[in-house]
Amino acid sequence: MRADGRLLSLLAVSAAALLWAVPFAWMAVASLRPGIPADIASLTPAGPFGLGNFVEAWKSGSFPLWYLNTLIMCGGILLVQLVTISMAGYAFARLRFPGRDLLFSAFLLQLLLIPPLLIVPNLATLVSLHLYDTLLGIMAPYFASAFGVFLMRQTFRAIPRDYEEAAMLDGASIAALIRHVLLPLARPGLVAFAIVSLTAHWNEFLWPLMAVSSPKNQVLTVGLASFASGAEAGSAWGIVAAGTFLVAAPLLILFLIFQRRFVSSFVLSGIK
Amino acid sequence: MTTSLIMGQPAPLSSARGEPRRRRWDRWLPAMVLLAPSLFFLVLFTYWPVARVVGQSLLVGRFSGDNTIGLGNYQRLFADPHFTRAAWNNLVYALGTIVPSLIFALAFALGLREATRLNTLLRTLVVMPLLIPLVAAAALFSFLLLPGDGLVDFYLARFGLGMVNWLGDPDLALGSVIAITVWKNTGYYMLFFLAGLAGVPQELLDAAKIDGAGPWRRLRSITLPMLGPTFAFVVPVALLNALTQVDHIVTLTLGGPSDATSLLLYYIYQQAAQNYDFGLAAAATVVSVAVLLAVSLISFRLLERGTHYES
Repeated sequence: MRADGRLLSLLAVSAAALLWAVPFAWMAVASLRPGIPADIASLTPAGPFGLGNFVEAWKSGSFPLWYLNTLIMCGGILLVQLVTISMAGYAFARLRFPGRDLLFSAFLLQLLLIPPLLIVPNLATLVSLHLYDTLLGIMAPYFASAFGVFLMRQTFRAIPRDYEEAAMLDGASIAALIRHVLLPLARPGLVAFAIVSLTAHWNEFLWPLMAVSSPKNQVLTVGLASFASGAEAGSAWGIVAAGTFLVAAPLLILFLIFQRRFVSSFVLSGIK
Repeated sequence: MTTSLIMGQPAPLSSARGEPRRRRWDRWLPAMVLLAPSLFFLVLFTYWPVARVVGQSLLVGRFSGDNTIGLGNYQRLFADPHFTRAAWNNLVYALGTIVPSLIFALAFALGLREATRLNTLLRTLVVMPLLIPLVAAAALFSFLLLPGDGLVDFYLARFGLGMVNWLGDPDLALGSVIAITVWKNTGYYMLFFLAGLAGVPQELLDAAKIDGAGPWRRLRSITLPMLGPTFAFVVPVALLNALTQVDHIVTLTLGGPSDATSLLLYYIYQQAAQNYDFGLAAAATVVSVAVLLAVSLISFRLLERGTHYES
């Protein structure tokens, strides 16, 4: 009786999880079917199969440019963030100064007031800084990260103070202290942050759409939106599937390889 | 978060020479140097924009050069049926996405709790939507929900069910958009429930079982109360998502048919990017920010109150 119940719940949860995967299954199957088959919806078609849709998608979109722009955007944001959050995180973890807790609360406000919500004033700011329609303009609002500061504050707090004091007593310079003691010990926090930041910005759409107008500055998500609406108009669903696959694949592949890392980083993002 | 805010800092580094008060101010300069880069960008793109958008919203008269200060934009905003529709839709959308995603997420977490090989694989399937852009999800669902040839109708036809215009029917469109969001976000919330469940002691559940508590009773009396901190994190995050993610609206439905899927942020986008009515867009932003701050604060307070913290 009890074993039956367990089996039943296992079946139910397996069926639900498989249902969850249907959009991905369709994407994979449809992307491999050239032309415009009548049963393009089928998850178990007879064939023929081929890579024609990927060739077509690659030709009709500007994928190399979009990949490059997205990489520059994600990399640029992350590099600056790693510097700003390490510095601020260290200050909040180790230094005692007047107004610290108030300032920290003010930092956390950014968790709510995210750039997509502040499109109207931020666009005006970009225009007055001559950053409108540049990749730097997309990146700039993200250079400070409240979440990152919070994470690094926790990370630095977990590092025993003795390590630093011992290094100081040994006459290590500040630079040596940072390079040989603090950064190696803070690495798990930095890696977790990097994964969350990369995922968020690789997938972001509305702000890059608004902050940029010329095609040469488009990122993957913005490119996909215009590319897909063109292909959909021609009912070329196989090409839509292939294009979507090209946009989603890099992160999905990284996720499948480093699944544990990703999951623990995401969970860390909810740390209290 | 408040608990960690309160937790004090260990004693100062060097020995206690000099006045404590003076030493604290001595720390101020190095602290400011370390905080300056973050503060610079926060002021520029978080604090100043809030002040600026309030200013923009109060500036009336966008055609003639002489602007006046007033509440004209707010009057127009609240008189605009498109705005009221978007606000109402957003409420339905928030409830319609949050409640089912949390129920599904919890059910998946409970069902896939044990880390067997099969469960790990199934977890991966549920988490995968989190990794793709919302616009990519929208592109996939634009085909899945296509009337007639689309995947959903293709398989429904096998059961003799007819064509449904999932995104084109004003009565169904918001529900369809909600389904996309639920599909996309459930896996994320499941991860937190899985982490939360790991903190529920097995002995407690076993003891309750021996005392004759059924699975439903154990869930209600032990598991759910112990997941309080998880809910206290997940619900505000889900609320934030409901107010700030409209990528699928922008690419899939354009707020239509006849405003059926228009949400607050989509309305702002429409006013700013299509109608160039920045006064109206600014006023709508101020209202949205106010709603977001109020709702987060309230949900945080309420959930915090029902939360049991260890130590």
